[in-house]
Amino acid sequence: MKKISIEDLDKITQRVKKTTLLQEGAGRAKITVHMGTCGISAGAREIMNVLLEEFEKRNINDVVITSSGCAGLCSREPMATVEIKGETPIKYADLNPEKIRRILTEHILGGKIINEYVLAKGNERIY
Amino acid sequence: MNKPADQRIRLQLMLCAGTGCVSNKSFKIRQVLEAELIKQGLDKEVTVVMTGCIGFCAVGPLMTVMPDGIFYHSLTEEKIPYLVEEHFLKGRPVEKFMFVPPTEKIAIPKISDIDFFSRQTLVVLKNRGLIDPQKIDEYIARGGYRALAKALTAMTPEGIIQEIKDSGLRGRGGGGFPTGQKWELCKKSVADTKYIICNADEGDPGAFMDRSIVEADPHAVLEGMLIGARAIGATEAYIYIREEYQLARERMETAIAQAKEYGLLGKNIFGTDFSFKAHIKQGAGAFVCGEETSLIASIEGRPPEPSQRPPFPAQSGLWGFPTNINNVETWANVPNIIDRGAQWFSKIGTAQSPGTKVFSLVGKINNTGLVEVPMGITIKEVVYDIGGGIPNNKKFKALQTGGPSGGCIPARLIDLPIDYEKLTEAGSIMGSGGLIVMDEDTCVVDLAKYFLEFTSDESCGKCSSCRDGSIALLEILERICNGQGVKEDLDILGELSAAVKSSSMCGLGQTLPNPVLSTLLYFRDEYEAHIFEKRCPAKMCKPLLKFVIDEKVCVGCTVCVKSCPPEAISGEKKLPHKINPDKCVKCGICLEKCKFGAIKVN
Repeated sequence: MKKISIEDLDKITQRVKKTTLLQEGAGRAKITVHMGTCGISAGAREIMNVLLEEFEKRNINDVVITSSGCAGLCSREPMATVEIKGETPIKYADLNPEKIRRILTEHILGGKIINEYVLAKGNERIY
Repeated sequence: MNKPADQRIRLQLMLCAGTGCVSNKSFKIRQVLEAELIKQGLDKEVTVVMTGCIGFCAVGPLMTVMPDGIFYHSLTEEKIPYLVEEHFLKGRPVEKFMFVPPTEKIAIPKISDIDFFSRQTLVVLKNRGLIDPQKIDEYIARGGYRALAKALTAMTPEGIIQEIKDSGLRGRGGGGFPTGQKWELCKKSVADTKYIICNADEGDPGAFMDRSIVEADPHAVLEGMLIGARAIGATEAYIYIREEYQLARERMETAIAQAKEYGLLGKNIFGTDFSFKAHIKQGAGAFVCGEETSLIASIEGRPPEPSQRPPFPAQSGLWGFPTNINNVETWANVPNIIDRGAQWFSKIGTAQSPGTKVFSLVGKINNTGLVEVPMGITIKEVVYDIGGGIPNNKKFKALQTGGPSGGCIPARLIDLPIDYEKLTEAGSIMGSGGLIVMDEDTCVVDLAKYFLEFTSDESCGKCSSCRDGSIALLEILERICNGQGVKEDLDILGELSAAVKSSSMCGLGQTLPNPVLSTLLYFRDEYEAHIFEKRCPAKMCKPLLKFVIDEKVCVGCTVCVKSCPPEAISGEKKLPHKINPDKCVKCGICLEKCKFGAIKVN
């Protein structure tokens, strides 16, 4: 990639929106694993590994997996956010490999939210 | 329609007998159900009706209870006895067996219904959890580097500084010095080379704000530094990250590499005359490096010791060149201010302390975590609304702000707004943002001792007032906790603290007595209980505790006798036991083992 100009910022924005932001295109769902130090020490790496394994095993290619920083509520890590296209994002807390497998099967693939694992729905208010 | 045919029948159980449910054993369920109804004497008033497929085969076997229309799913033989007893006999529909449709969101709270999230105001952390911190494109897609573009093409360096001054932004590292003014001082220094430094040497125990910011959004910090460098006229930066922050360092390294690739670091950024380089300097984790001049010494390869000011780093800093240091959170605020304007920023928070503050909320609190709140929020809101209160229904005793340099604010000041001035008035400091919550089981003398252990360890040793003063303070506190405190200790603690404060060169020494002074101010009675009554009110200082057995409660079961490691408990079966205080090591095992609550701690 060569040096970018100010105009390129908007081009990059458009491209990113098409590839990683659900409402604009790509995948039909996105799962974000929150991987700050707190998340990792609580087991977020394992959650990510399980997801990657399962994606490969089941040959899932219409769902975006991504990582992000700490979601703030460190005492409830590992956490992940599941976003199905057109629906409100759902935050899951206190995850383990078994739970994330169920979330993958029932929510991401099956479309059914697993209420008992949910922390909350929606995103934080940004000032 | 589903009105019971027989007047005596009050409930009809419409059990699905579609193919799906039958293969899920709904006929077996019918058998078990009918047997259970007979067993519980309900067969005359509750009847089972097998129906055709009701369509929701995925969660079969299904059953609708008429006339109320209550819908049960995924029935198993094991669930039946409970269901019959609870619902059909006692009339309490069993919620956990009912179906909540995915569209029915009642069971799921919204983020805005959860106080932990809804009470926060995200400015610095606006991208947390939303972007991949290792992808510059995602930062750009959420508005990143637009503020830099604006600063480079539409603003003069003076204009940038004016904007920051107007916003009222103050240093988030603890001191609260106005950021715009700091930049202006450095800008006014005439030199060919100027440096800026990002202080990510977060050293307070229990604090992790800066680490989280760098981990979640490293480009926000970089963009803030680029804007600052433009304003000041600096061309090179050091990001000083402590060694322990491996992940933060890796993410910053990635961010720098990506920014370089895009030409956002390097020569002629965005085609302008502005060029800028950034390096990471790994700190060795010395607390004193949080202090500006020590940090500079550490980057230069010298032992981290503070130096006399003036000259201030703005005049003569890194390698003798004008240098501006701000901490991570301060830098991360900058792009937001440039992007959205000083006026927008100054409306958040209070008049004296505008904006938000990121806090790490730890200790005896239900919701441990990282929170960003407007300045001026009260302690009560942070502890109870956001923090969710104290675990195990314990009482809130005090809040320690500012780490080892800060103070202890008692529960009775719970309505105190958190801003720079109010915290200083209360004998504490804002510090970098560590909030440690204490409950009734925390001993404040022990707390002061803990912080003095930390600071006496971390003192660089340059000033004897700090080096020896911290050790002398610690020795007194240790004596008090061991039950050897004397009356004079109270006065000596006060005098010595004042001396250390006034005669130490840097912030470490000047603030290390704060935990002692603030606990003495608000909890003098606890110091007195330790010294005069040889008693620890929080029951934490072991040497002051006495374990005794309440003879009226003791049933003589000998469990404590058998489990006492030093064999300090004696007694016969069915006779009250006794603890020999000379042998007792105060391990607390008897307290744990006694089922009758006969062990008392005084």
